[in-house]
Amino acid sequence: MAEPIAAFDEMLGAEGPRPAYADYAHWFEQETPLKLRAKAREAENFFRRTGITFNVYGDAAQTERLIPFDIVPRIIAAREWAKLSRGIEQRVRAINAFLFDIYHRQEILRAGRVPKMLIAQNSAFLPQMIGVTPPGNVYTHIVGVDLVRTGADEFYVLEDNARTPSGVSYMLENRETMLQMFPELFTRVRVRPVSNYPKLLRRSLAACAPKACKDRPVVAVLTPGIHNSAYFEHAFLADQMGAELVEGHDLRVVDGRIAMRTTCGYRAVDVLYRRVDDDFLDPLNFNPQSLLGVPGAFDIYRAGGLTIANAPGAGIADDKAIYSYMPDIVEFYTGETPILRNVPTWRCAEPQSLKYVLEHLAELVVKEVHGSGGYGMLVGPAASHKELAAFAAKLKATPDNYIAQPTLALSTVPILARSGLSPRHVDLRPFVLVSPNTIDITPGGLTRVALRKGSLVVNSSQGGGTKDTWVLED
Amino acid sequence: MLGKTAGGLLWMARYLERGENTARLVDAGLRIALTRSAASEEEWTSVLATAGAQARFAEIYEKVDGPSVINFLLRDRDNPSSVLSVIESARNNARLVRTALTREAWEAVNVCWMTLREALAVRMSNDALPNTLRTIRQQNALVRGAMHGTMLRNDIYNFVRIGTFLERADNTARILDVKYYVLLPSVSLVGSSLDNAQWETILRSASAERAFGWLYGGETTPLAVADFLILDRRMPRSLAFCCAKLVDNLHHLGLEYGDRRQCHDLAEALHGRLTGRDIQTIFEHGLHEFVLDFIADNNALGRLIETDYRFNG
Repeated sequence: MAEPIAAFDEMLGAEGPRPAYADYAHWFEQETPLKLRAKAREAENFFRRTGITFNVYGDAAQTERLIPFDIVPRIIAAREWAKLSRGIEQRVRAINAFLFDIYHRQEILRAGRVPKMLIAQNSAFLPQMIGVTPPGNVYTHIVGVDLVRTGADEFYVLEDNARTPSGVSYMLENRETMLQMFPELFTRVRVRPVSNYPKLLRRSLAACAPKACKDRPVVAVLTPGIHNSAYFEHAFLADQMGAELVEGHDLRVVDGRIAMRTTCGYRAVDVLYRRVDDDFLDPLNFNPQSLLGVPGAFDIYRAGGLTIANAPGAGIADDKAIYSYMPDIVEFYTGETPILRNVPTWRCAEPQSLKYVLEHLAELVVKEVHGSGGYGMLVGPAASHKELAAFAAKLKATPDNYIAQPTLALSTVPILARSGLSPRHVDLRPFVLVSPNTIDITPGGLTRVALRKGSLVVNSSQGGGTKDTWVLED
Repeated sequence: MLGKTAGGLLWMARYLERGENTARLVDAGLRIALTRSAASEEEWTSVLATAGAQARFAEIYEKVDGPSVINFLLRDRDNPSSVLSVIESARNNARLVRTALTREAWEAVNVCWMTLREALAVRMSNDALPNTLRTIRQQNALVRGAMHGTMLRNDIYNFVRIGTFLERADNTARILDVKYYVLLPSVSLVGSSLDNAQWETILRSASAERAFGWLYGGETTPLAVADFLILDRRMPRSLAFCCAKLVDNLHHLGLEYGDRRQCHDLAEALHGRLTGRDIQTIFEHGLHEFVLDFIADNNALGRLIETDYRFNG
């Protein structure tokens, strides 16, 4: 299967620990493996006790699982972070400008920088949003930008999650756990805190209150319910923000507003932080089968009676077909050169690219344009001859459906394995909050780690775990 | 607060209380079965009746005996009122209302669930039983303590308390409903060892035997037992105590919300029936009728609270 690839290790260079890890490595040497392993078990107990779990669909016996947590932190130097966060901010600004444009005058299409048909034929484009301006012009209140690293100064954006990115509760609880496990370590290494994320989230949601809101904005988190895989996170965020956690059946339209049923009658909601997809938001306007949403919510939204975060239709910005145009999009709206790099992408719709992809299929990763979660994907280096041939046939039949990218040598960070420190591939999802006047990026984010040796798959459903992510103080 | 949340809090508390009460019933049943093995089947039948689970039991088991009843009441997932089932329901409700609970309160419920799930994972021997029952009581005490020590005294807390006392009042009344006849003067042979044992069981089912002994100095009479469980305000499982708490917690809700709803009237009426009474007149008017009326009205109060505070719509 996966061949070991020569990857950049973030902790250990040729001459020992890199500068960002110097203090940590020094501390680590003084600890005994026995004690550290005991701490790892303690951390697991902590997660179980607190109920930090995700639900597994179709698994009757054990419906709740822990995401494995590794106690070796992923450390990012202040200087590295400064550059990353500038790049992220630039990208997120461009995404919001793009969304406004694409649902209004569509200048970027007129200028020919993005092909018209990529929008017109895209199911992530929501015609209902044309001409609708969300409060404060904010489309993506919360963004999770997936980054991977391949070298000392080489970061790539793998994906922009502009719909309902998840995982922020793990970022917060991982830090909480580390603080409880290793209080003394934090006195030696100065790490930038992440704990004010919920407060900032509330503030930035409140800053986007609709015009119908006259008082202190009422914020609610809309969850599909207790059986959703991310229910813990929905409850966690509502709790930390001091917002109500509502389901569709708690809400209805009352006097031109969306209102929640309280013990004292119906009360209007100003900002709905929804953790359900566009399609399920409102059975009258979108999927009529949906039981998760609120009939009429979209009409109230359009009339300025409600803010929905993220805005319906924001998904067009993180579509895989659009992704390859992101450098152009950043340049078009900011007038600057993109700070963060895109992974080179071949659009199979273009004959030249298709030819290249077919010739190099065994080296590439091929993705379905509208797929997500790794479905319908080919990882060339891991595929058999038969699989490659079958995929080549699919590519020739419907080239428009695919994009291809090189297989990246993701950087590694050590985990605490039975034999001691052992490198594993990681990625990084920083969380970005957008409000009308500011963009807040929490230092660090969620580091996902492929726990199987040599594996490049960091998804929690496929043997991935998480790490606490440290950004060092300047 | 969301209506759904109020409902979740109330039911979380009811399920927690129910689990603890069931453990107590098993404890009392076990005691009498060990000391008087001849009458044990009858005793386990009345334990099932008190738990309101006779019909469900008969569907699953062929005959009433100690091991079956214990298994059914403590760990049978096919019994929605088994301790294992109710702690799962309590924890599900806690998950639903996670935002209304303090971290300590939620953790206590979660740990209670984890601990009991493990303790009740396999059929237990009679030797292991006392320890398991102790664990159930202890875990519930930890939950109660975490709530008492960390929760704001607002509507959240009041709904939790209302759930506790609705369930507890129902439980004490059910104990009386099943055993009332041993307290009646017409049937009781004063001083016989049989009735003494039955009276003890009643007290034990409500964890009241020590307190009773302490207050009455070993002088056990049916009238005193009934008085203690129905009218004594010092006794935290008596009907009068539970009703006073219900009135109290509803009153606080009324203050916080600035209104009075139908359930306030019913709670006060129910409480009124237990104030200024003496146990003699209750016996004269019929103990069983009194208990049956109480159970019906207590249920009605639960339903009224549910609609008054819009749990479901």
